[in-house]
Amino acid sequence: MSEPILQLTGVETDIAQYHILQGVDLAVPAGQVTMLLGRNGVGKTTTLKTIMGHWRARAGAIRFAGEDITALPTPARARAGIGFVPEDMGIFTDLTVEENMILAAASGPLEPARLEAVFAAFPPLRTFWKSEAGNLSGGQKQMLSIARVMAEERRLYLIDEPTKGLAPAIVSTMARALRELKAAGASILLVEQNFAVARALGDSAAVMDDGRIVWTGAMAELAADAALQERLMGLSMETAR
Amino acid sequence: MSVAPDHTPRMERLRPAERLGQAAPYLLVPVLVLLGWLAIGSPSSWLTLTVSGLAMGMMIFVMASGLTLVFGLMDVINFGHGAFISLGAFLGISVLLALPGWTAADSLALNLTAVLLAIAVAMVLTGLVGWGFERVIVRPVYGAHLKQILVTVGGLIVIEQLIHVIWGPDEIFLTRPEALKGAVTFAGAALEKYRILAVGFGLVIFVAMRLVLRRTKIGLIVRAGVQNGEMVETLGYRLRLVFIGVFIAGSALAGLGGVMWALYQEVITAGMGERMMILVFIVVIIGGLGSVEGAFIGALLVGLLQNYVAFLEPKLALVSNIGLMTAILMWRPQGMMPVVKAK
Repeated sequence: MSEPILQLTGVETDIAQYHILQGVDLAVPAGQVTMLLGRNGVGKTTTLKTIMGHWRARAGAIRFAGEDITALPTPARARAGIGFVPEDMGIFTDLTVEENMILAAASGPLEPARLEAVFAAFPPLRTFWKSEAGNLSGGQKQMLSIARVMAEERRLYLIDEPTKGLAPAIVSTMARALRELKAAGASILLVEQNFAVARALGDSAAVMDDGRIVWTGAMAELAADAALQERLMGLSMETAR
Repeated sequence: MSVAPDHTPRMERLRPAERLGQAAPYLLVPVLVLLGWLAIGSPSSWLTLTVSGLAMGMMIFVMASGLTLVFGLMDVINFGHGAFISLGAFLGISVLLALPGWTAADSLALNLTAVLLAIAVAMVLTGLVGWGFERVIVRPVYGAHLKQILVTVGGLIVIEQLIHVIWGPDEIFLTRPEALKGAVTFAGAALEKYRILAVGFGLVIFVAMRLVLRRTKIGLIVRAGVQNGEMVETLGYRLRLVFIGVFIAGSALAGLGGVMWALYQEVITAGMGERMMILVFIVVIIGGLGSVEGAFIGALLVGLLQNYVAFLEPKLALVSNIGLMTAILMWRPQGMMPVVKAK
């Protein structure tokens, strides 16, 4: 396994009076897709938000590319090279698609070559370039949310349920775009409930339960073991297909 | 990167009624002007009142624009905003009073230079005081609305008392520079020169704000921050710094509004800003929190309605704007053009 680009050690996060993360230990290898799996409500989104700095870790350490980022504010983590696609997409609905993309390129102007790659992955964004993002369909908004994180070079992508609630045709577009990112050598930590997508994309997997990582290993190993899936997540990928 | 399978691009088209609903706030001002014309009858009186209402609306907009952005960006309720209006008026008028030779001269250039100098001094110093206000008073109470109300009201009182200490407790009367005195006659209506200038100046400020907000990256960050500050930070922007900049700009604009209002009323008091805050809050609320366009339309509605009603039924003038706010909130509970929806 290659050197982890992200390492969480004993991370604990509270939200109001709730103790959500109860000592998360997780390593995300560089240049690979790590799937973060588990039942609903076990802390997957909170883990991503804690890495991004939306929630502060009460205990434990987060190291990114060898640096301790536990105390850094969110903008500093973003500038260090972490891109985040939240579950609710975080689209600025009053801004146009173009303005959303311009904003996403925080360190400078949008590079034309990068923009062409975005259009190749998500053709509708070219069509609706000057339209308000709030008028896009759900699938197009999700395309924009992924496109936005592709607007700049990132060292790590945190992506939370990119295919949730989408039509199958859009899911395949999303999966294709993520495969392209993976092929380009990106490091990705992906929360995904669609097991077919998870199996196709994941190199490794970490399964959460009750605010902790309860299993880590190769995605292929998890995908091949229905009993393990049943034990860890309450259902198998075979039945979920 | 290879080409993804295309999906027939489709946008959720709005129904005609929905499109009309979106455009409705923009139609309110012309509709009110038309109703005013029908109700007043006399074209010359209507024109005089309309220009007066627009001038008043522009000045209220200048005062309110910063406040709505401050609320939208950081969810901060600043009751101390009125202090910047008073402070700006006293600073600007002090400059004008110190230049009697320029303001009394029969020279448009000298008169306008004096006014622009007064505005520049008022905006710079009020902006600096705004910076200190944010740092000392607002910053410790982010996210705590009740505390924000208490401490910003406290800040307002402190600044008002400082004005009393520096300029004395009495009201100060002033006369406008020579070029801004008197009226021009147009279509049989007497239109005060200063009101025409105030309309033009307010329009310039509005257009400039729109250009900054729509055409620059900092404007994009502000607009996005009003909608979803957490996501703006996730993209790598330090929203706190942007907010400080907006707070300073909003304070400076309040100071500018104070100078304009002082020249309009030709008298200043330490409590003038506090009194204006009632109209400013009405404008921010009916415009929709965080919306500069909404504040602009709201301010024009407030200015026009107050002038029309004062002419038609003076006893109702005081309650006309409360009635306007009630009607708009019954129609659109979040204001005409809300930007802040999720907070």
